[in-house]
Amino acid sequence: MKKYIFKRVLISLATLFVILLVLFILMDLMPGTPFNDEKLTEAQKALLFAKYGLDKPVYIRFLLYAKNMLKGDLGVSYAINKNFPVSEMVKERLGISIGVGAMAMALGTVFGLILGILAALNHNSWIDNLCSAISVIGVSVPSYVCALLLCYYVAYRLGWLPILYNVEQPFISLILPAVALSVSPTANIARFTRSEMIDVMNSDYILLVQSKGVKNWKMIIYHVLRNTLIPVITVMGPILVNLLTGSSVIEKIFGIPGIGRLMITAIQENDYNVTIACAFVYSVMYIVVMLFVDILYGIIDPRIRIAKEEA
Amino acid sequence: MIRDDHEFQEDDFQFAHAADEKLIDKNYSATSYAKDVWNNFKKNKGALIGAVIIMIIILMAVVGPNMNEFTYKQIHSGQECLVPRIPGIEKLGLFDGYHNGANQYAQKGASDVYYWFGSDTQGRDIWTRVWSGTRVSLIIALAAVIIDIVIGMVYGLVSGFFGGTVDSFMQRFAEILNGIPTLVIVTLLGMVLPAGITSIIFALMLTGWIGMERIARAQVLKVKEQEFVLASRTLGANKFRIIFSEILPNIMGQVIVTSMFSIPNAIFLEAYLSFLGLGVPAPMASLGSLVSDGYKSMTTFPHILIIPVFVMAILMLCFNLFADGLRDAFDPKMINK
Repeated sequence: MKKYIFKRVLISLATLFVILLVLFILMDLMPGTPFNDEKLTEAQKALLFAKYGLDKPVYIRFLLYAKNMLKGDLGVSYAINKNFPVSEMVKERLGISIGVGAMAMALGTVFGLILGILAALNHNSWIDNLCSAISVIGVSVPSYVCALLLCYYVAYRLGWLPILYNVEQPFISLILPAVALSVSPTANIARFTRSEMIDVMNSDYILLVQSKGVKNWKMIIYHVLRNTLIPVITVMGPILVNLLTGSSVIEKIFGIPGIGRLMITAIQENDYNVTIACAFVYSVMYIVVMLFVDILYGIIDPRIRIAKEEA
Repeated sequence: MIRDDHEFQEDDFQFAHAADEKLIDKNYSATSYAKDVWNNFKKNKGALIGAVIIMIIILMAVVGPNMNEFTYKQIHSGQECLVPRIPGIEKLGLFDGYHNGANQYAQKGASDVYYWFGSDTQGRDIWTRVWSGTRVSLIIALAAVIIDIVIGMVYGLVSGFFGGTVDSFMQRFAEILNGIPTLVIVTLLGMVLPAGITSIIFALMLTGWIGMERIARAQVLKVKEQEFVLASRTLGANKFRIIFSEILPNIMGQVIVTSMFSIPNAIFLEAYLSFLGLGVPAPMASLGSLVSDGYKSMTTFPHILIIPVFVMAILMLCFNLFADGLRDAFDPKMINK
């Protein structure tokens, strides 16, 4: 197990390094500069470039950046908030983004499990069909379409909840975005729970439990659900990852000052350091979640660990 | 047991065990794999409806933009933001061009003009723009998926077939690439490359093939140990022949199913890029760019937003239904699960 974890961590670190390198090269290839002020003369621009070390070749800048990053220094912003440390900007916004994501995930898990379990318990009835229909629609409709519809009908037409993020009422403003984001996790978890649970219900050991005369509700809680939930935990990783990256459009629609919105602004303003930092923070979250899930897989289901060690 | 589609044959009523009897099952004669798949597919109503609607949408994407006198970039000043008005149906009180109780068409002096889906903030016909946008979105999605199939399948076939060092090297490379969040890389590429369909396709295919590669490799590992591959090898077939004419046809079903699932994904990514302003250049339209344009005037003229959102949602829903049905058809074990 130790060897397996070690190997996974090593691959994750290598991935992060490659991502940073790719981000840097892409930034270098990008047209435009962060200093778009028309009043600046060529000489002043050159001075600015020299001041921030942008005149050095890519590989030197890359090494410097990587060195500073290990100390927690992500450089300063060039355009959005001049000379403000990027790490501060990211820190401020990360909390909000994670908050929305966590709310969406919690909603998605609860409703997904309820839908999936209901469908499996009433297999091949109208409840099952209804739950399946809901989950197919949820999987197919992108989260920002839901966000737009919710924004129009619930926030604008009915006026129940704020259309845009309101700093004074952070919780209430985050309800709609979280609901919009939770649609696809709900659908995915519901689908997976349903098929997993039907599998378990048809297994021989459940037949044995039934023939022993165990009460129905006891059988479902102690035998069926426990065996259903283990594989469901394993699909939550990829779902969480999708949710993290999918949130930037939602943040834009609802005007939430989160990390995705910061990245979009940074991209539009050519603010190199902020763009790299945001993209990198996303990548770190993504990779940490993937790593965590992989290790969790290994602990929960030894078959996976063994198969991967052999490979 | 007699299946409900069993038909009694003439010789079912003859005496059995005659000396020179030959039993041939006429009811369930051997069917080809393709026919089996089709038979299974037919039973799935949702998938059939999905397939039909996809065909209708594709047809509309081809002929829709030419069905009226407008073009997708023609700007009619003075006829902005008109709500839908359809001849015939307008008499029923639906799609009659009334907005907030007033006939917009009469107000703007365009009583004889019909915008079936209304017009947008620049006075362009939404009907034409929606269908030409659907065309662009479909072209992007199909191209990205076809490239994914080719790259991912070849990569997976080679990696799975050769195994050993080649395999572990190729797998590490794919793993690292897979670690890069798709949306981040697509966004950055969208910025670096010049705006246009080709750039979007390139950005989409960069990480899209990995899912396909995994499926292909897993299938190859399963198939390559089977006897018919061994037989082919003992008969002296070279590696190229074994990979492409022995193994490939056996994994095709899985590959097609996976690619069908990745089409809605590609449409979604394209829409996402458009939403960030990195989509197709104006005045060209794609479903994503139409949604993102409509979003700006959502509160005043919702029809500009709702129509493309509706087409996109239906398209993605149908592709998912179709892919679900196809997966069940290729793998009958999945039915009723």
